[in-house]
Amino acid sequence: MAKPASNISRQLSNVGAWIDERIPVSSFWKAHISEYYAPKNFNFFYFFGSLAMLVLAIQILTGIFLTMHYKPDAAEAFASVEYIMRDVEWGWLIRYMHSTGASFFFIVVYLHMFRGLMYGSYKSPRELVWVLGVLIYLVLMAEAFMGYVLPWGQMSYWGAQVIISLFGAIPVVGDALVEWIRGDFFVSDATLNRFFALHVIAVPLALLALVVLHLAALHEVGSNNPDGIEVKKNKDSQGRPLDAIPFHPYYTVKDIFGVGVFLTLFAFVIFYAPEFGGLFLEPDNFNPADPLVTPPHIVPVWYFTPYYAILRAVPDKLAGVILMGMAIMVLFILPWLDRSKVKSIRYKGLGSKILLAVFAITFIRLGMLGMGEGTHAQTIESRIWTFAYFAFFILMPFVTKYEKTRPEPERVTK
Amino acid sequence: MSDKQSLASVEPKADKGRRMLLLAGTGAVGAVGAGFAAWPFLASWKPSARARVIGAPVEAFIGDLEPGQLIRLQWRGQTIGILRRTEQMIENLPDVNDQLADPSSENEAQQPPYASNLYRAIKPEYLVINMHCTHLGCVPEFIPEVGAQPFEQNWKGGFFCPCHKSKFDLAGRVYSGVPAPTNLIVPPYSFVDDEHVMIGVHSEGAV
Repeated sequence: MAKPASNISRQLSNVGAWIDERIPVSSFWKAHISEYYAPKNFNFFYFFGSLAMLVLAIQILTGIFLTMHYKPDAAEAFASVEYIMRDVEWGWLIRYMHSTGASFFFIVVYLHMFRGLMYGSYKSPRELVWVLGVLIYLVLMAEAFMGYVLPWGQMSYWGAQVIISLFGAIPVVGDALVEWIRGDFFVSDATLNRFFALHVIAVPLALLALVVLHLAALHEVGSNNPDGIEVKKNKDSQGRPLDAIPFHPYYTVKDIFGVGVFLTLFAFVIFYAPEFGGLFLEPDNFNPADPLVTPPHIVPVWYFTPYYAILRAVPDKLAGVILMGMAIMVLFILPWLDRSKVKSIRYKGLGSKILLAVFAITFIRLGMLGMGEGTHAQTIESRIWTFAYFAFFILMPFVTKYEKTRPEPERVTK
Repeated sequence: MSDKQSLASVEPKADKGRRMLLLAGTGAVGAVGAGFAAWPFLASWKPSARARVIGAPVEAFIGDLEPGQLIRLQWRGQTIGILRRTEQMIENLPDVNDQLADPSSENEAQQPPYASNLYRAIKPEYLVINMHCTHLGCVPEFIPEVGAQPFEQNWKGGFFCPCHKSKFDLAGRVYSGVPAPTNLIVPPYSFVDDEHVMIGVHSEGAV
């Protein structure tokens, strides 16, 4: 009985060896999965990297199926989305998975970024992991913006109008640039058609390439952890980090659990609140685009509102655009602003803890103000929080340099 | 796991049976979930509600058809021919029986039961036929003239496919020795009244 089985397994291992001599499958698997050693003290916040990849996969899969029915034509786009919602078998589900996936992508990415801020995951030697991550975030914003234009509803249209007009604030070339981006004298069929091409192929390709680079950089330097200490410092006799465990099976199992919880929440929103009270899909976007009528209350989708609040807080067109741009660009230099001896917030001083807490509140509050109607009181409050936003980055070098830190432990703690 | 313990020292204590059960259980639940998740994507390729509406029955007016005249219309993207046969055409039908592959329409897939007769029709006068050749889907030419043709010396009138030279008689019955394997298909149809034919609705009731 044992003999045929061992024959089969020998045959299989022969096939495996034949492939391995020609393409490095098993060494890749070992280096990045089965013998990629990750610190054993990962906590809740370490779910969001793999979840971001899951959402990316969901977006690509559902996106491919949506393109099979969608028409990138100003005359047909809106109706084709309604066609998907009403006539295509299960089209409503695929569309809601995609639209809900966009918001969940940002929820996951914001938590992933907050994890990096908390545990100093951007600090040496992981500066490029962070920089590539910020690039992914930037590209993701472009992807989300252009995707929101495609249904060609009122918010699609006027959102595109506003965002593209931002480039008009650039001196000298602004107007020509705006015309070039639109491909017309107004947001039109030409704009929709090129945004479709960018949204379904160009930007996703860039996104995938950046994700590969983000992971390549991470696996080169190794994962950080909530204690912010390097697990590679303590190794056993065979050179394996004592405080780390192989990604597979330990973290694959942990991540599968995270995926289960995530998909439960995801399904709940898709089935019971796909518009999420107008946050994920705005009511005005259920009206077809009309170049003659601007909706009275025009705001971007929730994940852009913190920056939108900063834009609206500045009483000057160019300065507003510059400040909004800087609010994102400043993330790139974060690794060099933190001058602390320790990485994790656990061992940083009170100053850093206050800074991070205030920054988190600032980001949420700006997001809420960005959804508002832009009353005078909201504008004044937005200005205060805009100062707070930049204060986080301006104060960081001083606070982190002069505050008293606690000593990092030699080995990871619970 | 304390700091001093390495993985190797923990491993032997592992309950392999429990591990296999958990793996198999997770895998099975995951596979069921993946199956359910895959279905909407596969199903989205089926004809949509719009396609099904476009594929709804089509009514044709036949009140002004002259004897010998063929009209063509589309039903579900197929070319449907309605031929008002002359008395001569009807009389000639049995003459070619010995040259046909399935003269008495024994292949049930090619016509509804109510058209399974010599005329392949509800009323002998009107032939309602899906004109696409049963070989590879071209639409044969309608050649009602009796007499020598380049492709047939003793032609009694019928349909001739330009793609691969298949021949059918005036009831859409296929000749022997041509590429087409079966008779032309008679679609489901019914008479609304003497002047209207409904293509896509069976004679006894809805499809």
